[in-house]
Amino acid sequence: MSSVSEDPDSGIPPAEVPDLPPPHAHGWWSRWVFSQDAKYIALQYSGTAIAIGMVALVLSWLIRMQLGFPGVFDFISAEAYYQFITMHGMIMVVYLLTAIFLGGFGNYLIPLMVGARDMVFPFVNMLSFWMYFAAVVVLVASFFAPGGPTGAGWTLYPPQAILSGTPGGTGWGIVLMLVSLILFIIGFTMGGLNYAVTVLQARTRGMTLMRMPLTIWGIFTATVMALLAFPALFVAAVMMLFDRLLGTSFFMPALVEMGQQLSYGGGSPIVFQHLFWFFGHPEVYIVALPAFGIVSDLIAVHARKNIFGYRMMVWAIVIIGALSFIVWAHHMYVSGMHPYFGFFFATTTLIIAVPTALKVYNWILTLWRGDIHLTLPMLFALGFIVTFLNGGLTGLFLGNVVVDVPLSDTMFVVAHFHMVMGVAPIMVIFGAIYHWFPLISGRMLSHRLGLIHFWVTFIGAYAIFFPMHYVGLVGVPRRYPDISASFVPDSVATLNAFISVAALTVGAAQILFLFNFAWSLRYGRKAEPNPWRAASLEWQTPEMPPRHGNWGKELPVVYRWAYEYSVPGASRDFIAQDDPGHPASWSHVP
Amino acid sequence: MTDATASGHRHRPRPDGLEGLAADWASDQRAFKSASWGKAMMWIFLLSDTFVFAIFLISYMSARSSTEAEWPNASEVFSLHVGGADLPLALIAIMTFVLISSSGTMAMAVNCAYARDRRKTAALMYATAALGALFVGMQAFEWSKLIHEGVRPWGNPFGAEQFGAAFFMITGFHGTHVSFGVLFLLIVANKVRKGEFDSGRRTWLCREKGDYEAVEIMGLYWHFVDLVWVFIFAFFYLW
Repeated sequence: MSSVSEDPDSGIPPAEVPDLPPPHAHGWWSRWVFSQDAKYIALQYSGTAIAIGMVALVLSWLIRMQLGFPGVFDFISAEAYYQFITMHGMIMVVYLLTAIFLGGFGNYLIPLMVGARDMVFPFVNMLSFWMYFAAVVVLVASFFAPGGPTGAGWTLYPPQAILSGTPGGTGWGIVLMLVSLILFIIGFTMGGLNYAVTVLQARTRGMTLMRMPLTIWGIFTATVMALLAFPALFVAAVMMLFDRLLGTSFFMPALVEMGQQLSYGGGSPIVFQHLFWFFGHPEVYIVALPAFGIVSDLIAVHARKNIFGYRMMVWAIVIIGALSFIVWAHHMYVSGMHPYFGFFFATTTLIIAVPTALKVYNWILTLWRGDIHLTLPMLFALGFIVTFLNGGLTGLFLGNVVVDVPLSDTMFVVAHFHMVMGVAPIMVIFGAIYHWFPLISGRMLSHRLGLIHFWVTFIGAYAIFFPMHYVGLVGVPRRYPDISASFVPDSVATLNAFISVAALTVGAAQILFLFNFAWSLRYGRKAEPNPWRAASLEWQTPEMPPRHGNWGKELPVVYRWAYEYSVPGASRDFIAQDDPGHPASWSHVP
Repeated sequence: MTDATASGHRHRPRPDGLEGLAADWASDQRAFKSASWGKAMMWIFLLSDTFVFAIFLISYMSARSSTEAEWPNASEVFSLHVGGADLPLALIAIMTFVLISSSGTMAMAVNCAYARDRRKTAALMYATAALGALFVGMQAFEWSKLIHEGVRPWGNPFGAEQFGAAFFMITGFHGTHVSFGVLFLLIVANKVRKGEFDSGRRTWLCREKGDYEAVEIMGLYWHFVDLVWVFIFAFFYLW
């Protein structure tokens, strides 16, 4: 055990911030409802997100029932179908994925992984969740409002979003949707400030930025991006709300509806598209970057190998985050655009493929000659890599103006973004839940049920979305409830029926997952501390699951990076980040 | 838990300039070595809020440059009719003067807070809040004058209807910021007056003894709101 760090102070600077205890609960309400403990807030966020995600799942079944068997289910009218696709998309992108990655995993993992006792502002953090909860309540309320939720498509493009031809357009639907988004953004801002400041200013002694696990890098970068991208959606939502309620004409040109001249005039719908996608494209990476980070950690732990090219992985995350702010108009090639702008946005879009490909290569090189354990987190991580690669490759098609124009608004686009930002991040969420469930609950999830869940989900996802590319290539447009009596060949109907059966099967597998979750919470095998033998800090707490304040009496001191696996000469096959007893790795040098 | 006091005096020398910046970001614990959590949070919030206001203003500029109807002439619409003469931009000049002055009193309050001068800090913060409230009051007067003249979010007698829409939305959003600022100025000023930042009692917004930092953080927000006003002033009234 001769080492450079026998003197505990060698190279580790003294604490700069006094170690204050986080606020304690003073009763039932502040313990179980308005809790200020980041770990509990994380569970509140995740629970709410998964609950609303189940609504989105059921909506996807209804969508597929209509598409696969048009005319069979009478209760799905065209209006209802538009409402289903709109709410499915909005819930999945904003209320499930964004909330669970940042509010859920962010809240749980940031303080634990950087060695803090809690978030820096626990009270604001608590408010953040309840704003999110209010946003979800308003969203759900729109289902019960007269006229139902909005059916404008998840992009909410004006002018149709607030006209009478669109479900919820002149009723409650669109108003509740916009109010809910505004609440969500206010709530997210409160949480996001916490996540960013905790990472920047509340790390423990020895924890440099370049020793943070990639999970934290992904969540941190996504948080900063969200703080800069959500303002665009906020402003767009406020303006559209004014158009709808006050009769302003920010986005509304002069138009005639059902033979009647409306009082709108002089506004530009294109401005809304710019604002929406200035939010919308970074949003893709707000969802993807935490997934990138988490999957890097899952692969390193379960292949017992250090992550390949850590520094490049960090810089790739940061560069992807920065580039994603200058690509937004590739969603608008068919809106009409000067060719030079199209050229610019196509170029920046394709440049993003470079750091992204770098990440994929590094994951593969991490696996290369690793000691791969085919645990459930590893399976889901592998599932993510191939799915993300598939989705990314079709993204190269769609990034080019000339290829995008014929493919735009077809099912090809639907297949592309479901692969890349639907299935892929959800694979990571599942992997992460299987990975961190023992930390949170002290029990293991059932491996056998998990295997069924993985294989049905993985194969099923390909059964759904692979054929969908072909459906799109033959020209089937998206957002049509029934195209059977049109130009499309009969084979499309067969494929659609096949896709629908696969979708319902995959949906059933998610119910199995929920059962596994509930059952294991109570009857699962008790987990030993650090069951995956992970080196990162969240597994090194004095108790598992970690208690309020996380670290007992003293904060941990970090001596190395989070990827010290299979180190030659070490007594175990991993060296924990707070283990002073071994020579520090290269990452010791700042 | 006592490390901060036990060995806190062993400062390593920190290089200056860009090297210092790199050293801070490569170090452990904190990236911004002199910023407390609250101050860092306010800065990041202001960065996010900058985007909100920037996007509001860009949307306004886009609407203004793409609308076909003629844009109202600012110096006519915003003129004040006093004693038979039209004084272009008179009210807005006074409003801007008031708000900039409040930035001055705020800066003096922060300076007194560094010196832990309880009385002066509180007095200057009340003065800032009063100037802020005066600004909001004058804005309310301006709104009512314009509404009286027929300016509405959905149209106005002077020209393009986006004029009223953008005006009420952006000045309203800014006025809300000022109003919240006044509210929090009063809260913090009361805390200063009661000596809560001296007593060392841990209450809301005061974590440590002798910690007047809340005043400084309040100042950051207030100066930001003033800075935003300069842009709104330039783009709405001078363009």
